[in-house]
Amino acid sequence: MTDILLFVVFPYVALAIGIVGTIYRYLTNQYSFTSLSSQFLENDLQFWGSTLWHYGILPTTLIHIAGFTIPKVMAAAHGTPELLYLSELAGKILGIMALVGAGILLYRRLTSSKIRAITTPVDWIILSLLFAQVFFGLILAFAYRWGAAWFIFTATPWMDSLALFQPAPQFVTALPLAHKVHFLTGFLLFALMPFSRLVHIVTFPLSYAWRSFQLVIWTRRKVV
Amino acid sequence: MKVKSQVSMVFHLDKCIGCHTCSIACKNIWTDRPGAEYMWWNNVETKPGVGFPTQWEDQEKYHGGWELEDKPKNPQLKLKLQNRLQTFANLFSNPAMPTMDDYYEPWTYNYNDLFNSPLGPDQPTARPISRVDGNPIDIKAGPNWDDDLGGSNIYAVKDPLLADMNPEDRQRLFSIEQLFYFYMPRICNHCLNAACVGACPSGAIYKRAEDGVVLINQDKCRGWRMCVSACPYKKTYYNWSTGKSEKCILCYPRLETGQAPACFHSCVGRIRYLGVLLYDADQIPDALKVPDEQLVERQREMILDPFDPKVVAAAKESGVPDGVIAAAQNSPVYRYVKEWELALPLHPEYRTLPMLFYVPPLLPVLNATQENGTQRVETDLFSSLEKARVPVRYMSRTLSAGNDELVIKAYRKMIAVRIYKRHETVGDVTAEEAKAALEKAGMGAEEAEAIYRLTSIPTYQERFVIPPYSREGDIEEVYDPQQRKAETGFGRRQAPQRGL
Repeated sequence: MTDILLFVVFPYVALAIGIVGTIYRYLTNQYSFTSLSSQFLENDLQFWGSTLWHYGILPTTLIHIAGFTIPKVMAAAHGTPELLYLSELAGKILGIMALVGAGILLYRRLTSSKIRAITTPVDWIILSLLFAQVFFGLILAFAYRWGAAWFIFTATPWMDSLALFQPAPQFVTALPLAHKVHFLTGFLLFALMPFSRLVHIVTFPLSYAWRSFQLVIWTRRKVV
Repeated sequence: MKVKSQVSMVFHLDKCIGCHTCSIACKNIWTDRPGAEYMWWNNVETKPGVGFPTQWEDQEKYHGGWELEDKPKNPQLKLKLQNRLQTFANLFSNPAMPTMDDYYEPWTYNYNDLFNSPLGPDQPTARPISRVDGNPIDIKAGPNWDDDLGGSNIYAVKDPLLADMNPEDRQRLFSIEQLFYFYMPRICNHCLNAACVGACPSGAIYKRAEDGVVLINQDKCRGWRMCVSACPYKKTYYNWSTGKSEKCILCYPRLETGQAPACFHSCVGRIRYLGVLLYDADQIPDALKVPDEQLVERQREMILDPFDPKVVAAAKESGVPDGVIAAAQNSPVYRYVKEWELALPLHPEYRTLPMLFYVPPLLPVLNATQENGTQRVETDLFSSLEKARVPVRYMSRTLSAGNDELVIKAYRKMIAVRIYKRHETVGDVTAEEAKAALEKAGMGAEEAEAIYRLTSIPTYQERFVIPPYSREGDIEEVYDPQQRKAETGFGRRQAPQRGL
């Protein structure tokens, strides 16, 4: 019963809250969509913290998503022992980068009174959860090695079953506690997205790659 | 020819008394909010001086503006800050971001100390406390921290523009008897090739096509802060509380209702002029690629004569309303910038095509005091640029990308107008002297009279020629009033509150 709640109901609820909530917030309060950067108040630690964090967590997240969506490609990508070894190494380096980055950001927020002044309760929750999430991820990486290999036979079928609306929690219920915590924190973070600054993820300014430098807009637009 | 109109500005520095009324008018209306206390959309700097933020003119430090690619064949314009790929790479930590230390930490005073301090032999004092975290602070900098400190060996000496002046001139700026400084009010230049617009990853900054006002869409801004670094004038500011960038909006709600912007309206010295310029947008790409010393002349070429029938026809074809064309014909800015060539853009070498122009300051006139401290008015006071204290090199570095000729030309005209009017009103200057001065400046008596009138005794309506906006008409054309009746009104009604 608990397993059904945790690995079937909770993921669906979290995804629904995350997606619907973010869209709702975008439609009703787009003004609040920002990264709420605090670089203006503190620049030195921000560089190391934010850069390490983002350069670590972005590829890691993308690799996770790739593991869910294109498992065959990912399996082929570490088909030989050498490749597996390499991806294991890369994953650990990225994870450590993210952990150190999050640690610096947490330390910076705790020690700078200016940053503390503009930190909301939800900021503390999010930053702590992100730190914990990466921490548990690294525990998995170090304590249960060759994650690249076992990932696509445990997490992937579970996520696929959720996506196909034929939930099969048995793929993950037997896994050790660290795995379960990692999964659940992931979904919790997703659910918290519309209630936190995490919404800035969906505003990644891709269109800057091709838009013209100058923008001119007519306020007066003849519609009728 | 693609004719566009731009609401443009002239600041007559010879008339600025450095009273900061403009700054206060602006602050009271727009930036008296948490996170915006440190912002001065309008500020007045003492020059030579470090400016606000500190040494903003040092683009090796701040990487603002555009530069031409360093290659002989067909060089393209690029942001000094970064290319598109670097924009993505630097998204998480902006490499050239000025921090609060480059401006100042806003503060208030703990006034309760005055009431609550215990009885004692000393007067109670109100301690300064930070407006960011509420902790007591030692004030190390503030708005106009180097106000009136031209010639200061602590502040003015750090002016980035002094570097390429010859040692003799530089020395002159720091000796008490010959010291020269002036006030430079600055607002957003509402550039034609704005670097802030070019650098914004979200595409939130745009130029209004009707009047050329550059605005930041607060809903689209995601706080990546690239505009703050890219603007060479440092006239976009990051609001640390709301996580959005903000800048001067040229009081567009006032403009749309026919009022001059607050800083213009409140100007005590009446140094400010506002009017429409028609320009040829097709010429922009070429105008940006000429060598530094030709930039001002090329920009003047772009500005079109609103009386030329061909220009008027082209303007109508490009969708410029008749009222705006009429406003362009009355524009005081057109006269100062194009007709008289008295006003020059601030730092054209940043290649943003700024549309705020400055008439260079002439005062104080004398180079040095004579023996026993007196001069003969008619021969010395208005006689020549050579005797003036103005360091032409400094002015040309500020206003014409190093082209001394343009500054000298403007000065000659200003001096000639003085001599001419002195002859006319006081009579201690002979007609020959006046004529010679006019000839040297290359203008006639009529032009001198016109310059005098618009400089010294202009009316409100002559200083501010605001084009008709007819916003109410636009709204009616776009929306059915019956449909809008039951709604909240004009757009969002939400307070700009910090998101989670």
